[in-house]
Amino acid sequence: MEVHRHLDEELAALRDIVLRLGGEAETALRRAMHSLAERDTSEAREVLDHDDAVDQLEVDVDQRAVDIFALRQPAARDLRFVMSVTKMAPVLERIADHACNIARAAIDLNNEPELKNHARLHQMGEIALEMLAGALDAFTKNDAMMARQIIARDREINELYNRIFHDLIEQMAQEPATATRDARLLFVAKHLERIGDYVTDICELTVYMAEAAVIKHRH
Amino acid sequence: MGGTAGTNDVDSWHRHHRAIFWLVSSLNLEMLSTITAPTFTVKSRPTGDPLTSKIDVNNLSFYYGRTQALQNISLKISERRVTAFIGPSGCGKTTFLRTLNRMNDVIPGTRIEGEVLLDGEDIYAPGADVVELRRKVGMVFQKSNPFPKSIFDNVAYGLKINRLTSGKGELHERVEKALQDAALWMEVKDRLKSSALGLSGGQQQRLCIARALAIRPEVVLMDEPASALDPIATSKIEELIFDLKKQYTIVIVTHNMQQAARVSDLTAFFLLGKLIEVNPTEKMFTAPTERVTEDYITGRFG
Repeated sequence: MEVHRHLDEELAALRDIVLRLGGEAETALRRAMHSLAERDTSEAREVLDHDDAVDQLEVDVDQRAVDIFALRQPAARDLRFVMSVTKMAPVLERIADHACNIARAAIDLNNEPELKNHARLHQMGEIALEMLAGALDAFTKNDAMMARQIIARDREINELYNRIFHDLIEQMAQEPATATRDARLLFVAKHLERIGDYVTDICELTVYMAEAAVIKHRH
Repeated sequence: MGGTAGTNDVDSWHRHHRAIFWLVSSLNLEMLSTITAPTFTVKSRPTGDPLTSKIDVNNLSFYYGRTQALQNISLKISERRVTAFIGPSGCGKTTFLRTLNRMNDVIPGTRIEGEVLLDGEDIYAPGADVVELRRKVGMVFQKSNPFPKSIFDNVAYGLKINRLTSGKGELHERVEKALQDAALWMEVKDRLKSSALGLSGGQQQRLCIARALAIRPEVVLMDEPASALDPIATSKIEELIFDLKKQYTIVIVTHNMQQAARVSDLTAFFLLGKLIEVNPTEKMFTAPTERVTEDYITGRFG
């Protein structure tokens, strides 16, 4: 029953760009957290230098999607796919932006004396990375159930954020000399918390794409 | 056929003319659908909001000889809405459209089962007046088919032959109104006496719509009304359909999926003589219920 469609090639090409964008966001986040943990300023700079390429991928997704809308008038699941990726691309780009902000914090912290290792922050980073990788996987497989499971994990991120917040406030009170550095770490935690929200957005789009169900604002 | 249906107000003159009409019908039966009518009554209609059923089709099957063309179709056509029928060639959508004003009756060897209720009354009931039915349920065809007469006479024909107007003044009024409703008036008002055959394809098709509207039908059936037209003429027809639904119930058969998406409120998908799915058009084109509908709409159908 299936016939060859040129549209399929265009949709596949569009999907490839979205996945490359997703891969870039994931790499940026992984390297930013790594540069923070290892006090590796050069790695952090590489994350920042790479951001233009990420932005270009977002523009590419837009352009191709507009072309498909204009020339192919996609319907039903094709329409939902193109619609979803146009919403997904800026979300992935923003995740990469947050990774850049984490990299900037790492550079600033590396210019100052080392703080004691903050295990919870890195745990939070690990969860954010797992969620992002899973979200891209669910998108690739058009797997709504998997996307829903990832959305449920956002709670872990939020709980960790609250604990880190209190940890750092306490730390500032006890040792005011480290307050500036603690504040930077607090921002890193906030960036990770936002990334958790963005990953949730991606998963919602996957559910819409797969099931035509709108679950936004409903969980 | 309808010409013999019992209507008390038909005098011998009228009967004679209708007999001639039915003779002509074997040559071009399309002409007749919109212009034969023994009586004229204005029926008050409900507002059309929310969805009111204008036509109820229940368990309809249709056979050309031994071939079953339609299989047990049940469908409601909503009043003052545009319902589009889509599906691949040979799926039965045109056959089904034609059952709604008994246009298949004239094809020998056909047989129908089930019922088609227009405002709750079975149009296939014994004694049902087919002529009256076709006055209420007009039709516009793929190929425009104006009579070789003047623009004015084309629209006036049905009114005259059925004596639906009381005098010249009213006749002119009704012709003008029909041409306006068909969005053609401004283009032809200065040349009403010219031949209709001098009009462009798109204008001819709007003239046929005007001719259908002149006798004030309640339902207008359109069988691919824009398939032979260029994009500008097509868009005029589509805008027209959009405007007409304020007053009329419209059913349109189209091969152009985007056209169905643009003009219709409800879309029905047919395949191999079966009604697969009917849904609001937005749902049909974003998230159809049936996989086979989705395959068709997205062009995956081989």
